[in-house]
Amino acid sequence: MTTRQQVAEVEGWFTLDGAEPRLLGLRCPDCGTYVFPPRAIACPNPECPATELESVELSRRGTVWSYTVNHYAPPEPYVAPDPFEPYAVAAVELADEKMIVLGQVAGPLDGLAVGAPVELVIDTLYEDDEGEHVVWKWQVAS
Amino acid sequence: MSRQGPSGQASGLARRHSPGSLALALGSGGQVAVLGVGMHPWGKWGANFAEYGVVAARAALDDAGVSWSEVQFVAGGETVRNGYPGYVAGSTIAQALGWNGAQVSTSYGACASGSMAIDVARARILAGLCDVALVVGADTTPKGFLAPTKGERGDDPDWLRFRLLGATNPTYFAFYARRRMELFGATPEDFALVKVKNARHGLANPMARYRKEVTVEEVLESPIVSDPLHLLDICATSDGAAALVLTSLEFARRRGIADPVRVAGVAVVTPSFPNAVIDMPNFATDSAAAGGAAAAGGTPGRLSFRDSIARAAYEQAGVGPEDVDVAEVYDLSTALELDWYENIGLCAPGEAEKLLRDGVTTLGGRVPVNPSGGLACFGEAVPAQAIAQVCELTWQLRGSASGRQVERARVGVTANQGLFGHGSSVVLTR
Ligand SMILES: [Zn+2]
Repeated sequence: MTTRQQVAEVEGWFTLDGAEPRLLGLRCPDCGTYVFPPRAIACPNPECPATELESVELSRRGTVWSYTVNHYAPPEPYVAPDPFEPYAVAAVELADEKMIVLGQVAGPLDGLAVGAPVELVIDTLYEDDEGEHVVWKWQVAS
Repeated sequence: MSRQGPSGQASGLARRHSPGSLALALGSGGQVAVLGVGMHPWGKWGANFAEYGVVAARAALDDAGVSWSEVQFVAGGETVRNGYPGYVAGSTIAQALGWNGAQVSTSYGACASGSMAIDVARARILAGLCDVALVVGADTTPKGFLAPTKGERGDDPDWLRFRLLGATNPTYFAFYARRRMELFGATPEDFALVKVKNARHGLANPMARYRKEVTVEEVLESPIVSDPLHLLDICATSDGAAALVLTSLEFARRRGIADPVRVAGVAVVTPSFPNAVIDMPNFATDSAAAGGAAAAGGTPGRLSFRDSIARAAYEQAGVGPEDVDVAEVYDLSTALELDWYENIGLCAPGEAEKLLRDGVTTLGGRVPVNPSGGLACFGEAVPAQAIAQVCELTWQLRGSASGRQVERARVGVTANQGLFGHGSSVVLTR
Protein backbone atom coordinates (compact mmCIF):
# COMPACT_ATOMS: atom_id res chain seq x y z
CA MET A 1 0.00 0.00 0.00
CA THR A 2 1.48 3.32 -1.03
CA THR A 3 1.09 6.54 0.87
CA ARG A 4 -0.80 8.96 -1.28
CA GLN A 5 0.19 12.56 -1.82
CA GLN A 6 -1.49 14.88 0.75
CA VAL A 7 -2.95 18.03 -0.78
CA ALA A 8 -4.09 20.83 1.54
CA GLU A 9 -7.52 21.76 0.20
CA VAL A 10 -6.90 25.40 1.08
CA GLU A 11 -3.52 27.18 1.26
CA GLY A 12 -2.23 28.73 4.45
CA TRP A 13 -5.14 27.99 6.80
CA PHE A 14 -3.46 25.12 8.70
CA THR A 15 -0.14 23.32 9.12
CA LEU A 16 0.34 19.78 7.83
CA ASP A 17 2.36 18.71 10.87
CA GLY A 18 1.15 15.13 11.39
CA ALA A 19 1.22 14.90 15.20
CA GLU A 20 0.45 18.49 16.22
CA PRO A 21 -1.36 20.27 13.41
CA ARG A 22 -2.45 23.85 13.97
CA LEU A 23 -4.88 26.29 12.47
CA LEU A 24 -3.14 29.41 11.20
CA GLY A 25 -4.76 32.67 12.16
CA LEU A 26 -3.83 36.30 12.52
CA ARG A 27 -3.35 38.33 15.67
CA CYS A 28 -3.37 42.07 16.03
CA PRO A 29 -0.22 43.23 17.86
CA ASP A 30 -2.02 46.40 19.01
CA CYS A 31 -5.33 45.20 20.45
CA GLY A 32 -4.78 41.43 20.70
CA THR A 33 -7.77 40.30 18.66
CA TYR A 34 -7.54 37.13 16.60
CA VAL A 35 -8.79 36.38 13.09
CA PHE A 36 -9.58 33.13 11.33
CA PRO A 37 -9.30 32.39 8.44
CA PRO A 38 -6.08 34.41 8.03
CA ARG A 39 -7.52 36.76 5.43
CA ALA A 40 -8.21 40.05 7.20
CA ILE A 41 -7.35 43.18 5.25
CA ALA A 42 -6.83 45.12 8.48
CA CYS A 43 -7.62 44.65 12.17
CA PRO A 44 -11.38 43.93 12.37
CA ASN A 45 -11.69 45.78 15.69
CA PRO A 46 -13.28 49.14 14.80
CA GLU A 47 -11.56 50.76 17.80
CA CYS A 48 -8.13 49.72 16.51
CA PRO A 49 -6.26 51.42 13.66
CA ALA A 50 -3.75 48.58 13.07
CA THR A 51 -3.34 47.39 9.50
CA GLU A 52 -0.51 44.87 9.93
CA LEU A 53 -1.54 41.63 11.62
CA GLU A 54 0.88 38.88 12.59
CA SER A 55 0.52 35.23 11.66
CA VAL A 56 -0.11 32.94 14.65
CA GLU A 57 -0.94 29.32 15.36
CA LEU A 58 -4.30 28.97 17.11
CA SER A 59 -5.02 26.70 20.07
CA ARG A 60 -5.20 23.01 19.19
CA ARG A 61 -7.84 22.33 21.82
CA GLY A 62 -11.27 23.73 22.40
CA THR A 63 -14.75 22.85 23.61
CA VAL A 64 -17.83 22.17 21.54
CA TRP A 65 -20.22 25.17 21.46
CA SER A 66 -22.67 23.34 19.20
CA TYR A 67 -22.66 20.68 16.51
CA THR A 68 -24.82 18.87 14.00
CA VAL A 69 -24.80 15.69 11.94
CA ASN A 70 -25.78 16.29 8.32
CA HIS A 71 -27.80 13.51 6.74
CA TYR A 72 -28.07 14.88 3.21
CA ALA A 73 -25.28 15.44 0.71
CA PRO A 74 -24.57 19.17 0.31
CA PRO A 75 -24.58 20.68 -3.18
CA GLU A 76 -21.38 21.39 -5.12
CA PRO A 77 -18.69 22.46 -4.57
CA TYR A 78 -18.76 19.91 -1.72
CA VAL A 79 -17.26 16.66 -2.95
CA ALA A 80 -19.56 14.06 -1.44
CA PRO A 81 -18.51 10.40 -1.28
CA ASP A 82 -20.62 7.87 -3.17
CA PRO A 83 -22.41 6.34 -1.37
CA PHE A 84 -22.96 9.37 0.83
CA GLU A 85 -22.14 9.07 4.53
CA PRO A 86 -23.57 11.44 7.15
CA TYR A 87 -20.91 13.73 8.63
CA ALA A 88 -20.71 16.01 11.63
CA VAL A 89 -19.78 19.70 11.77
CA ALA A 90 -18.88 21.31 15.09
CA ALA A 91 -18.63 24.92 16.25
CA VAL A 92 -15.75 24.93 18.71
CA GLU A 93 -14.92 27.57 21.28
CA LEU A 94 -11.24 28.45 21.73
CA ALA A 95 -10.68 29.82 25.21
CA ASP A 96 -7.55 31.92 24.65
CA GLU A 97 -8.71 33.37 21.34
CA LYS A 98 -12.27 33.91 22.66
CA MET A 99 -13.74 32.83 19.37
CA ILE A 100 -15.64 29.99 17.75
CA VAL A 101 -14.15 28.07 14.81
CA LEU A 102 -16.06 25.57 12.68
CA GLY A 103 -14.75 22.25 11.44
CA GLN A 104 -15.97 18.84 10.41
CA VAL A 105 -15.67 16.18 13.08
CA ALA A 106 -13.17 13.37 12.43
CA GLY A 107 -13.36 9.86 13.81
CA PRO A 108 -16.09 8.29 15.91
CA LEU A 109 -18.81 10.63 17.18
CA ASP A 110 -19.02 8.94 20.60
CA GLY A 111 -18.72 11.61 23.23
CA LEU A 112 -19.60 14.45 20.85
CA ALA A 113 -21.65 16.85 23.00
CA VAL A 114 -21.92 20.54 23.81
CA GLY A 115 -19.03 21.28 26.18
CA ALA A 116 -16.99 18.25 25.13
CA PRO A 117 -13.24 18.84 24.70
CA VAL A 118 -11.97 18.41 21.14
CA GLU A 119 -8.61 18.69 19.42
CA LEU A 120 -7.45 19.58 15.95
CA VAL A 121 -6.51 16.90 13.42
CA ILE A 122 -5.80 16.87 9.70
CA ASP A 123 -8.04 14.43 7.88
CA THR A 124 -9.23 13.43 4.43
CA LEU A 125 -11.90 15.59 2.83
CA TYR A 126 -12.01 13.57 -0.44
CA GLU A 127 -9.66 11.69 -2.74
CA ASP A 128 -9.09 11.96 -6.46
CA ASP A 129 -6.30 11.38 -9.02
CA GLU A 130 -4.32 14.25 -7.55
CA GLY A 131 -4.13 12.57 -4.16
CA GLU A 132 -5.69 12.81 -0.72
CA HIS A 133 -7.27 16.23 -0.25
CA VAL A 134 -7.02 17.14 3.43
CA VAL A 135 -8.56 19.74 5.69
CA TRP A 136 -8.59 20.54 9.41
CA LYS A 137 -11.17 18.75 11.53
CA TRP A 138 -12.06 18.52 15.18
CA GLN A 139 -11.87 15.20 16.99
CA VAL A 140 -13.33 14.32 20.37
CA ALA A 141 -10.37 14.38 22.77
CA SER A 142 -9.66 11.14 24.57
CA MET B 1 -45.56 54.99 24.00
CA SER B 2 -41.84 54.42 24.13
CA ARG B 3 -40.68 52.11 26.87
CA GLN B 4 -37.39 50.39 27.45
CA GLY B 5 -37.06 46.93 25.89
CA PRO B 6 -36.03 43.98 28.05
CA SER B 7 -32.70 43.41 26.38
CA GLY B 8 -30.62 45.72 28.54
CA GLN B 9 -28.08 48.29 27.47
CA ALA B 10 -26.61 48.57 24.03
CA SER B 11 -22.83 48.51 23.77
CA GLY B 12 -21.19 51.89 23.40
CA LEU B 13 -20.48 51.06 19.80
CA ALA B 14 -24.05 50.13 18.98
CA ARG B 15 -25.25 53.30 20.67
CA ARG B 16 -22.90 55.54 18.76
CA HIS B 17 -23.99 54.07 15.43
CA SER B 18 -27.63 53.78 16.42
CA PRO B 19 -30.00 55.02 13.74
CA GLY B 20 -32.52 55.71 16.49
CA SER B 21 -31.91 59.44 16.28
CA LEU B 22 -33.37 59.42 12.77
CA ALA B 23 -36.92 59.68 14.08
CA LEU B 24 -35.89 62.67 16.19
CA ALA B 25 -34.15 64.35 13.29
CA LEU B 26 -37.18 63.96 11.10
CA GLY B 27 -39.76 64.64 13.82
CA SER B 28 -43.00 62.68 13.62
CA GLY B 29 -42.72 63.11 9.88
CA GLY B 30 -40.27 60.21 9.70
CA GLN B 31 -43.02 57.98 8.37
CA VAL B 32 -44.24 56.98 4.94
CA ALA B 33 -47.57 55.46 3.93
CA VAL B 34 -48.03 51.92 2.68
CA LEU B 35 -50.68 52.77 0.12
CA GLY B 36 -50.73 49.46 -1.68
CA VAL B 37 -49.50 45.90 -1.28
CA GLY B 38 -49.53 42.96 -3.67
CA MET B 39 -48.06 39.50 -4.09
CA HIS B 40 -47.74 36.71 -6.59
CA PRO B 41 -48.59 33.43 -4.86
CA TRP B 42 -45.58 31.42 -3.63
CA GLY B 43 -44.92 28.04 -5.25
CA LYS B 44 -42.69 26.30 -7.75
CA TRP B 45 -44.07 27.76 -10.95
CA GLY B 46 -40.98 27.54 -13.12
CA ALA B 47 -41.55 30.92 -14.81
CA ASN B 48 -39.26 33.94 -15.17
CA PHE B 49 -38.92 35.91 -11.94
CA ALA B 50 -39.93 39.14 -13.69
CA GLU B 51 -43.34 37.66 -14.53
CA TYR B 52 -44.02 37.25 -10.82
CA GLY B 53 -42.68 40.71 -10.13
CA VAL B 54 -45.07 42.27 -12.63
CA VAL B 55 -48.06 40.44 -11.13
CA ALA B 56 -47.13 41.63 -7.62
CA ALA B 57 -46.42 45.19 -8.79
CA ARG B 58 -49.74 45.47 -10.65
CA ALA B 59 -51.58 44.11 -7.61
CA ALA B 60 -49.91 46.69 -5.35
CA LEU B 61 -50.67 49.54 -7.77
CA ASP B 62 -54.32 48.43 -8.02
CA ASP B 63 -54.51 48.17 -4.25
CA ALA B 64 -53.13 51.71 -3.92
CA GLY B 65 -55.28 53.17 -6.66
CA VAL B 66 -52.09 54.51 -8.22
CA SER B 67 -51.23 54.19 -11.88
CA TRP B 68 -47.81 52.98 -13.03
CA SER B 69 -47.21 56.31 -14.75
CA GLU B 70 -47.45 58.04 -11.36
CA VAL B 71 -44.56 55.98 -9.92
CA GLN B 72 -41.47 58.17 -9.68
CA PHE B 73 -39.05 55.70 -8.13
CA VAL B 74 -38.61 51.92 -8.38
CA ALA B 75 -36.70 50.05 -5.67
CA GLY B 76 -35.97 46.45 -6.63
CA GLY B 77 -34.67 43.57 -4.55
CA GLU B 78 -31.95 41.73 -6.42
CA THR B 79 -32.02 38.01 -7.18
CA VAL B 80 -28.62 36.38 -7.69
CA ARG B 81 -29.99 33.21 -9.28
CA ASN B 82 -31.39 34.63 -12.49
CA GLY B 83 -28.42 36.11 -14.32
CA TYR B 84 -27.97 39.73 -15.28
CA PRO B 85 -31.71 40.55 -15.35
CA GLY B 86 -31.78 39.48 -11.71
CA TYR B 87 -28.84 41.71 -10.75
CA VAL B 88 -30.79 44.66 -12.12
CA ALA B 89 -34.20 43.45 -10.95
CA GLY B 90 -35.57 46.97 -10.41
CA SER B 91 -35.10 47.95 -14.03
CA THR B 92 -35.98 44.48 -15.37
CA ILE B 93 -39.39 44.73 -13.74
CA ALA B 94 -39.73 48.42 -14.68
CA GLN B 95 -39.10 47.51 -18.31
CA ALA B 96 -41.61 44.65 -18.12
CA LEU B 97 -44.20 47.13 -16.83
CA GLY B 98 -43.26 49.47 -19.70
CA TRP B 99 -40.53 52.11 -19.33
CA ASN B 100 -42.05 55.12 -17.60
CA GLY B 101 -38.91 57.15 -16.99
CA ALA B 102 -38.91 56.54 -13.22
CA GLN B 103 -35.66 56.64 -11.30
CA VAL B 104 -34.50 53.19 -10.24
CA SER B 105 -32.30 51.30 -7.78
CA THR B 106 -31.69 47.64 -7.05
CA SER B 107 -30.54 46.47 -3.62
CA TYR B 108 -28.95 43.28 -2.42
CA GLY B 109 -28.62 42.25 1.22
CA ALA B 110 -29.28 38.50 1.01
CA CYS B 111 -32.51 37.75 2.92
CA ALA B 112 -32.64 41.42 3.94
CA SER B 113 -32.73 42.66 0.32
CA GLY B 114 -36.42 43.52 0.43
CA SER B 115 -36.03 45.67 3.54
CA MET B 116 -33.06 47.38 1.96
CA ALA B 117 -35.23 48.29 -1.02
CA ILE B 118 -37.93 49.57 1.37
CA ASP B 119 -35.30 51.63 3.18
CA VAL B 120 -34.06 53.25 -0.04
CA ALA B 121 -37.62 54.09 -1.13
CA ARG B 122 -38.48 55.49 2.29
CA ALA B 123 -35.35 57.65 2.32
CA ARG B 124 -36.16 59.17 -1.07
CA ILE B 125 -39.72 59.94 -0.02
CA LEU B 126 -38.65 61.47 3.31
CA ALA B 127 -35.97 63.49 1.55
CA GLY B 128 -38.65 64.97 -0.66
CA LEU B 129 -37.09 63.48 -3.79
CA CYS B 130 -40.28 61.65 -4.73
CA ASP B 131 -43.86 61.11 -3.57
CA VAL B 132 -44.60 57.67 -4.97
CA ALA B 133 -42.27 54.66 -4.96
CA LEU B 134 -42.77 51.06 -6.04
CA VAL B 135 -40.82 48.45 -4.04
CA VAL B 136 -40.67 45.02 -5.62
CA GLY B 137 -38.82 41.73 -5.13
CA ALA B 138 -39.25 38.50 -7.06
CA ASP B 139 -37.41 35.20 -7.30
CA THR B 140 -37.27 31.91 -9.13
CA THR B 141 -35.34 29.38 -7.07
CA PRO B 142 -33.72 26.04 -7.84
CA LYS B 143 -34.72 22.81 -6.09
CA GLY B 144 -33.04 21.73 -2.87
CA PHE B 145 -30.35 23.49 -0.80
CA LEU B 146 -29.48 27.03 -1.76
CA ALA B 147 -26.01 26.58 -3.27
CA PRO B 148 -23.19 29.07 -3.78
CA THR B 149 -22.35 30.64 -7.12
CA LYS B 150 -20.67 28.10 -9.40
CA GLY B 151 -17.03 27.96 -10.51
CA GLU B 152 -13.75 27.73 -8.55
CA ARG B 153 -14.19 30.55 -6.07
CA GLY B 154 -11.42 30.18 -3.51
CA ASP B 155 -11.77 33.80 -2.33
CA ASP B 156 -15.48 33.51 -1.58
CA PRO B 157 -16.30 32.32 1.96
CA ASP B 158 -19.75 31.26 0.76
CA TRP B 159 -18.13 28.89 -1.75
CA LEU B 160 -15.45 27.75 0.70
CA ARG B 161 -17.84 26.83 3.51
CA PHE B 162 -19.50 24.32 1.19
CA ARG B 163 -16.20 23.06 -0.21
CA LEU B 164 -14.22 22.71 3.02
CA LEU B 165 -16.94 21.97 5.59
CA GLY B 166 -20.12 20.95 3.79
CA ALA B 167 -21.64 23.68 5.96
CA THR B 168 -25.08 24.08 4.39
CA ASN B 169 -27.53 26.67 5.69
CA PRO B 170 -29.33 24.05 7.85
CA THR B 171 -25.94 23.30 9.45
CA TYR B 172 -26.00 26.76 11.03
CA PHE B 173 -29.72 26.50 11.89
CA ALA B 174 -28.94 23.23 13.67
CA PHE B 175 -26.17 24.88 15.73
CA TYR B 176 -28.67 27.41 17.06
CA ALA B 177 -31.34 24.75 17.67
CA ARG B 178 -28.94 22.62 19.69
CA ARG B 179 -27.95 25.65 21.74
CA ARG B 180 -31.61 26.12 22.72
CA MET B 181 -31.77 22.48 23.76
CA GLU B 182 -28.56 22.78 25.75
CA LEU B 183 -29.21 26.16 27.40
CA PHE B 184 -32.97 26.12 27.85
CA GLY B 185 -34.02 22.48 27.68
CA ALA B 186 -35.89 22.93 24.39
CA THR B 187 -37.00 19.71 22.75
CA PRO B 188 -37.62 18.58 19.17
CA GLU B 189 -41.33 18.61 20.13
CA ASP B 190 -41.08 22.32 20.90
CA PHE B 191 -39.59 22.92 17.46
CA ALA B 192 -42.30 20.78 15.85
CA LEU B 193 -44.98 22.84 17.61
CA VAL B 194 -43.77 25.94 15.75
CA LYS B 195 -44.42 24.13 12.47
CA VAL B 196 -47.83 22.96 13.66
CA LYS B 197 -48.76 26.55 14.60
CA ASN B 198 -47.53 28.11 11.37
CA ALA B 199 -49.11 25.41 9.19
CA ARG B 200 -52.44 26.17 10.85
CA HIS B 201 -51.95 29.94 10.43
CA GLY B 202 -51.26 29.56 6.72
CA LEU B 203 -54.31 27.42 5.93
CA ALA B 204 -56.42 30.40 4.89
CA ASN B 205 -53.68 32.41 3.18
CA PRO B 206 -54.17 32.36 -0.60
CA MET B 207 -50.55 33.47 -1.14
CA ALA B 208 -49.03 30.56 0.81
CA ARG B 209 -47.50 27.59 -1.02
CA TYR B 210 -48.23 24.95 1.63
CA ARG B 211 -51.76 25.01 3.03
CA LYS B 212 -52.09 21.81 5.00
CA GLU B 213 -52.21 20.99 8.69
CA VAL B 214 -49.11 19.27 10.05
CA THR B 215 -48.88 17.26 13.27
CA VAL B 216 -46.01 17.02 15.74
CA GLU B 217 -45.65 13.36 14.78
CA GLU B 218 -45.32 14.21 11.09
CA VAL B 219 -42.52 16.65 11.86
CA LEU B 220 -40.69 14.22 14.10
CA GLU B 221 -41.11 11.36 11.61
CA SER B 222 -39.82 13.40 8.69
CA PRO B 223 -36.19 12.65 7.78
CA ILE B 224 -33.46 14.31 9.83
CA VAL B 225 -31.62 16.87 7.69
CA SER B 226 -29.22 18.44 10.19
CA ASP B 227 -29.64 16.89 13.61
CA PRO B 228 -31.75 17.93 15.62
CA LEU B 229 -33.69 19.48 12.73
CA HIS B 230 -36.02 17.44 10.55
CA LEU B 231 -37.08 18.12 6.99
CA LEU B 232 -40.32 19.71 8.20
CA ASP B 233 -38.40 21.97 10.61
CA ILE B 234 -36.60 23.66 7.70
CA CYS B 235 -38.17 25.99 5.16
CA ALA B 236 -38.19 25.19 1.45
CA THR B 237 -37.15 27.53 -1.35
CA SER B 238 -39.92 28.96 -3.49
CA ASP B 239 -40.81 31.16 -6.43
CA GLY B 240 -42.80 34.25 -5.55
CA ALA B 241 -43.00 38.03 -5.59
CA ALA B 242 -44.15 40.86 -3.36
CA ALA B 243 -44.56 44.58 -3.94
CA LEU B 244 -45.45 47.75 -2.07
CA VAL B 245 -46.52 51.20 -3.14
CA LEU B 246 -44.98 53.60 -0.64
CA THR B 247 -45.93 57.28 -0.67
CA SER B 248 -45.51 60.40 1.39
CA LEU B 249 -48.22 60.90 4.03
CA GLU B 250 -49.16 64.08 2.19
CA PHE B 251 -49.73 62.16 -1.07
CA ALA B 252 -51.90 59.65 0.81
CA ARG B 253 -53.91 62.50 2.33
CA ARG B 254 -54.44 64.03 -1.12
CA ARG B 255 -55.85 60.67 -2.17
CA GLY B 256 -58.28 60.83 0.72
CA ILE B 257 -56.48 58.31 2.92
CA ALA B 258 -55.97 60.04 6.24
CA ASP B 259 -55.15 56.92 8.26
CA PRO B 260 -52.89 54.70 6.16
CA VAL B 261 -50.69 51.94 7.50
CA ARG B 262 -47.32 53.61 8.03
CA VAL B 263 -43.73 52.48 7.87
CA ALA B 264 -42.49 53.88 11.18
CA GLY B 265 -39.06 52.25 11.33
CA VAL B 266 -36.73 50.36 9.02
CA ALA B 267 -33.48 48.84 10.21
CA VAL B 268 -30.93 47.27 7.92
CA VAL B 269 -28.13 46.97 10.44
CA THR B 270 -24.74 45.29 10.44
CA PRO B 271 -23.32 43.55 13.53
CA SER B 272 -21.23 45.29 16.17
CA PHE B 273 -17.73 43.97 16.85
CA PRO B 274 -17.12 41.45 18.28
CA ASN B 275 -19.99 39.47 16.74
CA ALA B 276 -19.84 36.48 19.06
CA VAL B 277 -22.41 34.22 17.34
CA ILE B 278 -21.40 32.12 14.36
CA ASP B 279 -23.29 33.44 11.33
CA MET B 280 -23.54 32.25 7.74
CA PRO B 281 -21.27 32.02 5.78
CA ASN B 282 -18.46 32.46 8.29
CA PHE B 283 -15.85 29.92 9.40
CA ALA B 284 -15.40 31.64 12.75
CA THR B 285 -16.85 34.35 14.93
CA ASP B 286 -15.04 37.55 15.72
CA SER B 287 -12.59 37.18 18.57
CA ALA B 288 -13.51 38.82 21.85
CA ALA B 289 -9.88 38.84 22.99
CA ALA B 290 -9.42 42.57 22.44
CA GLY B 291 -10.09 43.59 26.02
CA GLY B 292 -13.88 43.58 25.63
CA ALA B 293 -16.03 41.87 28.22
CA ALA B 294 -17.75 39.61 25.70
CA ALA B 295 -16.85 35.94 25.64
CA ALA B 296 -17.25 33.65 22.68
CA GLY B 297 -20.88 32.74 22.22
CA GLY B 298 -22.18 35.96 23.69
CA THR B 299 -22.40 37.55 27.10
CA PRO B 300 -25.55 38.42 29.01
CA GLY B 301 -26.21 42.14 29.01
CA ARG B 302 -24.52 42.77 25.69
CA LEU B 303 -26.80 42.92 22.68
CA SER B 304 -26.23 40.13 20.21
CA PHE B 305 -26.48 40.96 16.53
CA ARG B 306 -29.96 39.46 16.31
CA ASP B 307 -31.03 41.42 19.40
CA SER B 308 -29.90 44.65 17.79
CA ILE B 309 -31.99 44.28 14.63
CA ALA B 310 -35.57 44.94 15.78
CA ARG B 311 -34.32 47.30 18.48
CA ALA B 312 -32.98 49.67 15.84
CA ALA B 313 -36.39 49.71 14.13
CA TYR B 314 -38.25 50.15 17.45
CA GLU B 315 -36.08 53.15 18.31
CA GLN B 316 -36.91 54.86 15.04
CA ALA B 317 -40.61 54.14 15.48
CA GLY B 318 -40.70 55.22 19.12
CA VAL B 319 -42.25 51.96 20.22
CA GLY B 320 -41.07 48.99 22.25
CA PRO B 321 -41.66 45.26 22.09
CA GLU B 322 -44.51 45.56 24.61
CA ASP B 323 -46.41 47.66 22.06
CA VAL B 324 -46.26 44.95 19.39
CA ASP B 325 -49.57 43.29 18.45
CA VAL B 326 -48.31 41.04 15.65
CA ALA B 327 -44.96 39.93 14.25
CA GLU B 328 -43.63 38.29 11.12
CA VAL B 329 -40.23 36.71 11.79
CA TYR B 330 -37.87 34.69 9.64
CA ASP B 331 -38.54 31.05 10.48
CA LEU B 332 -35.85 29.57 8.26
CA SER B 333 -36.09 26.82 10.85
CA THR B 334 -38.72 26.20 13.49
CA ALA B 335 -36.14 26.62 16.24
CA LEU B 336 -35.03 29.95 14.81
CA GLU B 337 -38.56 31.32 15.26
CA LEU B 338 -38.13 30.70 18.99
CA ASP B 339 -34.84 32.63 18.96
CA TRP B 340 -36.62 35.54 17.29
CA TYR B 341 -39.24 35.78 20.09
CA GLU B 342 -36.36 36.68 22.37
CA ASN B 343 -34.42 38.74 19.83
CA ILE B 344 -37.39 41.03 19.10
CA GLY B 345 -38.12 41.36 22.81
CA LEU B 346 -41.36 39.38 23.16
CA CYS B 347 -39.84 37.50 26.11
CA ALA B 348 -36.59 37.01 27.98
CA PRO B 349 -33.98 34.47 26.81
CA GLY B 350 -35.12 30.94 27.57
CA GLU B 351 -38.83 31.77 27.73
CA ALA B 352 -39.74 31.30 24.08
CA GLU B 353 -40.84 27.68 24.42
CA LYS B 354 -43.23 28.64 27.20
CA LEU B 355 -44.61 31.53 25.14
CA LEU B 356 -45.27 29.12 22.28
CA ARG B 357 -46.78 26.40 24.47
CA ASP B 358 -49.02 28.93 26.24
CA GLY B 359 -50.44 29.95 22.88
CA VAL B 360 -49.27 33.56 23.22
CA THR B 361 -47.85 33.53 19.67
CA THR B 362 -50.77 31.62 18.13
CA LEU B 363 -53.68 33.42 16.44
CA GLY B 364 -55.97 34.41 19.30
CA GLY B 365 -53.01 34.83 21.64
CA ARG B 366 -51.57 38.09 22.95
CA VAL B 367 -49.01 38.58 20.17
CA PRO B 368 -49.44 36.21 17.23
CA VAL B 369 -46.24 35.47 15.33
CA ASN B 370 -46.29 34.60 11.64
CA PRO B 371 -50.05 34.79 11.11
CA SER B 372 -49.26 34.51 7.38
CA GLY B 373 -47.96 30.99 8.01
CA GLY B 374 -44.37 32.24 7.79
CA LEU B 375 -41.64 30.59 5.81
CA ALA B 376 -43.04 27.27 6.99
CA CYS B 377 -45.98 27.80 4.62
CA PHE B 378 -44.27 29.96 2.02
CA GLY B 379 -40.75 28.67 1.54
CA GLU B 380 -38.15 31.31 0.91
CA ALA B 381 -38.12 33.55 -2.17
CA VAL B 382 -35.12 35.57 -1.05
CA PRO B 383 -35.56 39.13 -2.43
CA ALA B 384 -39.35 39.01 -2.03
CA GLN B 385 -39.56 37.62 1.48
CA ALA B 386 -38.94 40.71 3.60
CA ILE B 387 -41.40 42.62 1.40
CA ALA B 388 -43.96 39.82 1.81
CA GLN B 389 -43.63 40.22 5.59
CA VAL B 390 -44.65 43.87 5.19
CA CYS B 391 -47.56 42.93 2.91
CA GLU B 392 -48.90 40.59 5.58
CA LEU B 393 -48.57 43.14 8.37
CA THR B 394 -50.29 45.75 6.21
CA TRP B 395 -53.27 43.46 5.73
CA GLN B 396 -53.23 42.74 9.47
CA LEU B 397 -53.15 46.44 10.41
CA ARG B 398 -55.92 47.20 7.93
CA GLY B 399 -58.02 44.42 9.44
CA SER B 400 -58.32 42.66 6.09
CA ALA B 401 -56.30 39.48 6.70
CA SER B 402 -59.18 37.19 5.95
CA GLY B 403 -59.18 33.91 7.91
CA ARG B 404 -56.08 34.82 9.90
CA GLN B 405 -56.84 38.28 11.30
CA VAL B 406 -55.15 39.41 14.51
CA GLU B 407 -57.72 41.35 16.55
CA ARG B 408 -57.15 45.11 16.87
CA ALA B 409 -53.61 45.05 15.51
CA ARG B 410 -52.05 48.55 15.56
CA VAL B 411 -48.31 47.85 15.72
CA GLY B 412 -46.48 45.16 13.79
CA VAL B 413 -42.82 44.24 13.47
CA THR B 414 -40.90 42.14 10.96
CA ALA B 415 -37.46 40.63 11.50
CA ASN B 416 -35.05 38.74 9.35
CA GLN B 417 -31.37 38.09 8.94
CA GLY B 418 -29.39 37.49 5.79
CA LEU B 419 -25.91 36.08 5.47
CA PHE B 420 -22.85 38.34 5.34
CA GLY B 421 -24.08 40.51 8.22
CA HIS B 422 -27.50 41.75 7.10
CA GLY B 423 -30.18 42.20 9.72
CA SER B 424 -33.49 43.74 8.84
CA SER B 425 -36.61 44.83 10.65
CA VAL B 426 -39.58 46.98 9.70
CA VAL B 427 -42.06 48.49 12.17
CA LEU B 428 -45.52 49.28 10.85
CA THR B 429 -48.11 51.29 12.76
CA ARG B 430 -51.61 52.50 12.25
ZN1 LIG C 1 -6.31 45.56 16.49
